[in-house]
Amino acid sequence: MGLYILCSIIFLLGVYAVTAKKNLVKIVIGLSILEYAANLLLILIGYRTNGEAPIITPASQETARFVDPIPQALIVTSIVIGLGVTAMVIALCIRLYEKYGTFDVLVIKRLRG
Amino acid sequence: MLILIYLLLLFMIVGSIIAIETRDLLSSVIAVGAIGLGLAIVFLLLGAPDLAIVQVVVEVLSLALMLRLVVMREDVTIAHRYRYGEVFATATALVFFGVFIVLASVAFKQMPRFGQPVLKVSQHYITNGFRESGAPNIVTAVLLDYRAYDTLGEATVIFTSIVGALAILRKKGRIRHERNEPDR
Amino acid sequence: MKGMSLIVKTITRLITGFIFVYGVSIVLYGHLTPGGGFAGGVILACGLILLVLAFGKETALNIVSEKAASAWDCVAALLFLFIALLGFTGGYFFRNFMNKGKPFHLISAGIPLWCNIAIGIKVGACLFLVFVVLAGFRMRDEG
Repeated sequence: MGLYILCSIIFLLGVYAVTAKKNLVKIVIGLSILEYAANLLLILIGYRTNGEAPIITPASQETARFVDPIPQALIVTSIVIGLGVTAMVIALCIRLYEKYGTFDVLVIKRLRG
Repeated sequence: MLILIYLLLLFMIVGSIIAIETRDLLSSVIAVGAIGLGLAIVFLLLGAPDLAIVQVVVEVLSLALMLRLVVMREDVTIAHRYRYGEVFATATALVFFGVFIVLASVAFKQMPRFGQPVLKVSQHYITNGFRESGAPNIVTAVLLDYRAYDTLGEATVIFTSIVGALAILRKKGRIRHERNEPDR
Repeated sequence: MKGMSLIVKTITRLITGFIFVYGVSIVLYGHLTPGGGFAGGVILACGLILLVLAFGKETALNIVSEKAASAWDCVAALLFLFIALLGFTGGYFFRNFMNKGKPFHLISAGIPLWCNIAIGIKVGACLFLVFVVLAGFRMRDEG
């Protein structure tokens, strides 16, 4: 249970970075931290005590101690999608820097026609 | 071995605090890299070698992208002035975190205990996966044989996000913008 | 974008071949050992990105141009879809219609092998393309 609480603390740090920081790069960093925490929580749920990786070897074909393979398959997908989203957000940051000359959110927020 | 996972999670928390609070942007990007590597070791200890490989290489790639954003700039750090609104915002954030942790621990008590997962659907995949699909790696069998539709969706999402990133950085918009005066 | 010093260039010339072979091995053996299409594809992209970082953007684009990377990306995605549609020959979408073969051999398990190859090429070309476009971004006072 303590591991779940630590994982949610990492999640909350990510939320704090996305909502309360004024620098665009810090917001991107917070997005990455959010993603790590979410993936970690799902893998923690599927763990079995003294379990093994779900790969069958020619030596032994017993499958009694495997950890859960479904969260692993879906989190592989999620990690690579997170990379795509990070690439797109960084492209947005580059465009914003070219147009406004700064990374400060308060300067960018003032809408000028 | 559980102690190792606890220590690595504490390392990740300390790394996140450093990454968020430090003023130098290069240091915070490097701290994010350290967090990602710690996460890969945690994946390895939790019995997911497939995930550890993907996490390490994706971490390296996203570090390369973020470093391209941060390096060789002068005016990227922002002067920090304390205002009344900011103290209030931080206090509100702390209260919200406290409420979230209390409610989350109530929710976590309802979940199965750590180390004893409920394997209703996975039991079928574990016992019959090798025989039905012929792949000894059960994670690949689930990804590409039982749930291949999700993999198709994932390839589509990657394609769309990369097309989006390329569309944002198109040459046409930039050249037309460079001809006008940059608005400050 | 300029390249790096002579030491980095020499080491890159020696190592890039090994990185490509490692990436291809992780893609091909994805159904026997941990790995698979996504991990191997990102490793292939990292090998190409090493070329961009060490030799500069223009030299790396002479080796693999932007049009070539974009073409590989689209062809691999369409190949993945084509393999999925071939499942209709058996009855339903994405059916594993190939012969299972002997277990623990390279060519076994039917669809996952070819799907891994298609996904590996797609992810590798895609991420290399996005890095080249993002790396071309110049600062206000850079040359």
